[in-house]
Amino acid sequence: MSSLTNKKRRPMDVLLYFLIYLCAIFSVLLLGAIIIYVFMKGKNSLSFAFLTSVTSVLRGTVGIAGNIVNTLLIILVSMVFATPIGVGAAIYLNEYAAKGRLVSLIEFATETLSGIPSIIFGLFGMMFFGQTLGLGYSLLTGSLTLFLMVLPLITRNTQEALKSVPDGYRQGAIGLGAGKWHVIRTILLPSAMPGIITGAILAIGRIVGESAALIFTAGSAKGLPKTISALFSKLFHSGGTMTVQLYLSATSEGDFDTAFAIALVLLIIVFVINQGTKRIAEKFDVTRKK
Amino acid sequence: MNSRAKIRLGENVAHHIFTTSALMQIFAVFSITLYMVAKGAPAFIKVGVPELLFGTQWQPTAESPSYGILFIILSSIVGTGASVLLGVPVGLLTAVFLTEVSDKRLSRLVKPAIELLAAIPSVIYGLLGLMLLNPVMYRLEKLIFSNSTGHQFTGGSNLISAVIVLAIMILPTVVNVSVSSLEAVSPNLRASSLALGASKIQTVFKVTIPAAKSGILTGVVLGIGRALGEAMAINMVAGGSVNFPLPFNSVRFLTTQLVSEMGYAEGLHRQVLFSVGLVLYIFIMLVNLTLLRLRRKETE
Repeated sequence: MSSLTNKKRRPMDVLLYFLIYLCAIFSVLLLGAIIIYVFMKGKNSLSFAFLTSVTSVLRGTVGIAGNIVNTLLIILVSMVFATPIGVGAAIYLNEYAAKGRLVSLIEFATETLSGIPSIIFGLFGMMFFGQTLGLGYSLLTGSLTLFLMVLPLITRNTQEALKSVPDGYRQGAIGLGAGKWHVIRTILLPSAMPGIITGAILAIGRIVGESAALIFTAGSAKGLPKTISALFSKLFHSGGTMTVQLYLSATSEGDFDTAFAIALVLLIIVFVINQGTKRIAEKFDVTRKK
Repeated sequence: MNSRAKIRLGENVAHHIFTTSALMQIFAVFSITLYMVAKGAPAFIKVGVPELLFGTQWQPTAESPSYGILFIILSSIVGTGASVLLGVPVGLLTAVFLTEVSDKRLSRLVKPAIELLAAIPSVIYGLLGLMLLNPVMYRLEKLIFSNSTGHQFTGGSNLISAVIVLAIMILPTVVNVSVSSLEAVSPNLRASSLALGASKIQTVFKVTIPAAKSGILTGVVLGIGRALGEAMAINMVAGGSVNFPLPFNSVRFLTTQLVSEMGYAEGLHRQVLFSVGLVLYIFIMLVNLTLLRLRRKETE
């Protein structure tokens, strides 16, 4: 008997509920398994010496200090280019440009750029920065390639942040006689800062995890520069990041201990970045109730 | 120069700097397209369009080399299609869980898990596939092909491994886009359906999901783009020879072909690799244009 008060359970419903829960739990279990597996496999090789020495058959040391320095240099150089230009583009789109052909063209370019896979950026970087500009396989070539790759990420995050600044701020400041640049510098950028920082951190995360765009642009050298000047000239030489080293360790070098130790370091970085962006978003959430 | 002129100069300079920054992205897309076409086209002319696109022999270093990339293109299409077929239902149901089934405790675990899965570098997925999936595949392979003479043993590096890794990698994309499109469905629609006596599950599958259709489709297309462009992870698990994309064959994709041979290729071989890059670029552009059209439809 089916009546209003006596709900009939449809077998289909039960099955679908089961599938929905299964899928939801799958991602949690998958992540858990990845973390545990990488931790178990990587923890034995991961040590202070591993992080501060360079792999050398002569001295019998295994380490990724060179790769860490390369990664940091690439982050530094790409972000030095990408942050001002990405933020600048967002400011133009949000504050200066009138809706029109040019704006839709720029937005189309941003969309397209963010849809291009990293291997294509790698090919382009190799051809343009490496060959046409003569930079060869170098950290600079890699950095410039990644600069183009993370540009849309920063632009879009800054745009979102600028959009959330109330229009009253702009009108108020302009009504007091301030120029546009003055308003941007003193009011809009500070208000949008959390969004900009979030974008920058996300971009750093992408750079840390990138490998396909770097293998043909920055190469794979793992040496550690000894002096400050060597550190700067390092920009013009080949250098592999941690991800590139992981790839080589797991494939051609067949050194899985190193591969898993790097994987563990990368997972920790990913986790820190993830938590960092969350904190910032929470701290500066204007809709949050005090 | 008085201070007012100085301010006006500053304003002008700022305006120009911001405009230039914005034009940078147009310049980037334009030059990437230009380079891909300029470097990828010559081999099409030298080898011949039908020979290159529809040739099934890939022997770039043979005495009389042949450069047919049909199997590579097919592998990319089949691999992407299969991973989407696998990843989208799981992703969609996860999104349904997050938006429609209100289990707060489990949601608090699922959401961050999806975020972290999206952030894990692709080489780590490749490493895990290599260590965990490939041995299982090898065991299956030995079981299935124990009496076959024609099968080339791959040690487990095959199309299935690549498809599974890709499906996992596109999962977060599908979940995120589906979540936001399901959230955008008006609560009135759900309420009306429930008021008419439909069960919650009926409402989800007959009302909410159809209403969020275009957003979910966007997620599918984004997933296709990610799967097509992924290189390092699948290069580690899919093996190293060009074959017709059968489940237990070792295959090369458009992307992995570039990763594994660009390092040493010379002459015409290298130029053909650039053509492979151009084919990949054209596929990606088609995906991008579809995406753009979908988004435009959504905002209308």
